[in-house]
Amino acid sequence: MTLRIFIPRDAGAVAVGADEIATGLLDLAHARDVAIDLVRTGSRGLYWLEPMLEVATEVGRIAYGPMTPDDVASVFDAILADGPHPLRLGLTEEIPWLKRQTRLTFARCGVIDPRSSDDYRAHGGYKGLERALAMSSEDIIDDIVKSGLRGRGGAGFPTGIKWRTVAHAGRGQKYICCNADEGDSGTFADRMIMEGDPFMVLEGMTIAGIAVGATKGYIYIRSEYPHAIEAMNAAIAVARRTGYLGHNICRSTDSFDVEVRVGAGAYICGEETSMLESLEGKRGVVRAKPPLPAHKGLFGKPTVINNVLSFAAVPYILAGGAQAYADCGMGRSRGTKPIQLGGNIKHGGLFEVAFGITLGELVDDIGGGTLSGRPVRAVQVGGPLGAYFPRALFDTPYDYEAFAARSGMVGHGGIVVFDDTVDMARQARFAMEFCAVESCGKCTPCRIGSVRGVETIDKIIKGDRAAENIAVLEDLCQTMKFGSLCALGGFVPFPVLSALTHFPEDFGLAPSRLQAAE
Amino acid sequence: MQYEPWEAARAAEIIAGHAGKEGSTLVILHALQEAFGYVPEPAIPMIAEALNHSRAEVHGVFTFYHEFRKEPAGRHVLKLCRAEACQAAGGDALAAQAEHRLGISIGNTTPDGGVTLEPIYCLGLCATAPSAMFDDRVIGRLDAQRLDALMAEAQR
Ligand SMILES: Cc1cc2nc3c(=O)[nH]c(=O)nc-3n(C[C@H](O)[C@H](O)[C@H](O)COP(=O)(O)O)c2cc1C
Ligand code: SF4
Repeated sequence: MTLRIFIPRDAGAVAVGADEIATGLLDLAHARDVAIDLVRTGSRGLYWLEPMLEVATEVGRIAYGPMTPDDVASVFDAILADGPHPLRLGLTEEIPWLKRQTRLTFARCGVIDPRSSDDYRAHGGYKGLERALAMSSEDIIDDIVKSGLRGRGGAGFPTGIKWRTVAHAGRGQKYICCNADEGDSGTFADRMIMEGDPFMVLEGMTIAGIAVGATKGYIYIRSEYPHAIEAMNAAIAVARRTGYLGHNICRSTDSFDVEVRVGAGAYICGEETSMLESLEGKRGVVRAKPPLPAHKGLFGKPTVINNVLSFAAVPYILAGGAQAYADCGMGRSRGTKPIQLGGNIKHGGLFEVAFGITLGELVDDIGGGTLSGRPVRAVQVGGPLGAYFPRALFDTPYDYEAFAARSGMVGHGGIVVFDDTVDMARQARFAMEFCAVESCGKCTPCRIGSVRGVETIDKIIKGDRAAENIAVLEDLCQTMKFGSLCALGGFVPFPVLSALTHFPEDFGLAPSRLQAAE
Repeated sequence: MQYEPWEAARAAEIIAGHAGKEGSTLVILHALQEAFGYVPEPAIPMIAEALNHSRAEVHGVFTFYHEFRKEPAGRHVLKLCRAEACQAAGGDALAAQAEHRLGISIGNTTPDGGVTLEPIYCLGLCATAPSAMFDDRVIGRLDAQRLDALMAEAQR
């Protein structure tokens, strides 16, 4: 019997040697004359165990990891003999870190062959599209509304409402744009889905197209993601060939096609109107709203813009899962959130879970604390524009409103962990510096304010009239918050002020009461 | 990495191949950079003409995006992630190490044209930080030893 072996082609796994494991395995199997069927999957998201190899058995897939090229021969022997091995992790699905999750969006990631639409279908793919093709536009949108899905890109806007606006924006040319710019440090869920389950993104976009009456879609992928670009292009080619994209999809009267467009290293192009400008071939300067992109978007036409994970949630919802999706979560945050644990962390990776889990559970319990073994001092939640939280706030539940109430944001779901060697004044300085480099230049508080912010923090760090300059910094942050057109200039005060509020000792001030009370 | 030498006819062919797409400026700039390793100055008016834009407009687009080069890079390009997740995992020390060993600061090329050292803001490898990109290869769990090995490879 041919052995079926699975090794990720996910960039995160490749970065730690998955290709070398795959090559080593193929060479060995050839030399020993053992027939193997090697499938290059996405990653399961347990990155401290990558490169992870799985083998299909009668009772399920069994995992081995983290592998080095030197382990290939002994693992291969253990597989053939069904014997013990120090790297043997048991049944993949039973690994506690994976078992604790609620994988709705990431159910297939790491399981299927991302280059095969047949494998996607065999694992429940395209059920949502097939159902949607038989539904009215209104009914599709009602399903999305009922699910409670909120945009996963950061702002958390209800997806169903956005689609309804575009559906009602008359007839004529409309567009679907998938925002795959994923610029936030500490986030990689979009990348994983594009590399591990690309047909799901295409299916979600296609359903959106049918719902609002659009026939053309773009995926704007950042250039830092070459593997994701390749995976999406490969999936698009397969989908066209198998009738899931193009004219008369699945022999229906609906048509829809998708094209990949590649960014060029500008963080601001993740902001939706900047992305539209970039897609139009222009400088990524943010547009004033109104008009909303739903009314006047790409090339002035009504446009749905959603994050990769928002589109990825759609097939499950349309396959009859609207109620099940809404049943997960807390308050107005419904469904699951793929959380990304990164930075100085022991068990980093992708943890998809219903909203409501606390920050402390995520960092200490699931993440296992720092990789360096030193105490966790701060975490940044929600990317470069998200606040830094001290341990004293680790009881915050993962929920859009709960984070907002503490001057933080869930954002795209990234959590970056820092140990006690971090200098929070430097982190505050970096936030301002990043804003200065990435500003689109349209508004003065962002463009100039961020440069002034760097200078002011430098003075504070040097102890140059610290109290006075802290007042200047706070004032500057207020100006940026209220005088910026978009959330780059408007939100950068959050990491800066949170660092100052929670870690004043790093700025040469007395320790905060929050910390002292702990 | 190997690139074609600049040739206007070849550039014209590349531009014509993409000019029909809607909003194609970035697509063309990417294609030119892929062929030549950078976007040579004479290409800008050629794009402007093909797309019926002004030269200033195309130049404006070209300079807005960090990714596009106006000069060729070194024979190898080492990009070190400088974003928060990699900072948390010791990325600053690695950046200092690379600058020291190559004798240049980030954003520059060694005098022999061997290595260009650049910052990158997130490769999405944050769970295996610190990360880097060496030519086309992504690298996770970078440490001082592996970084030294990469630089030795680059300088060979
Ligand atoms: C500076 C900035 C960067 C952003 N980057 C991204 C991004 O990388 N990906 C994303 O989906 N949304 C990003 N957004 C949010 C988008 O503007 C927009 O809200 C989102 O794409 C809408 O999709 P959703 O409703 O599905 O979340 C960014 C916003 C700002 C202000
Ligand atoms: S806040 Fe900054 S990035 Fe946003 S529109 Fe203004 S200048 Fe551009």
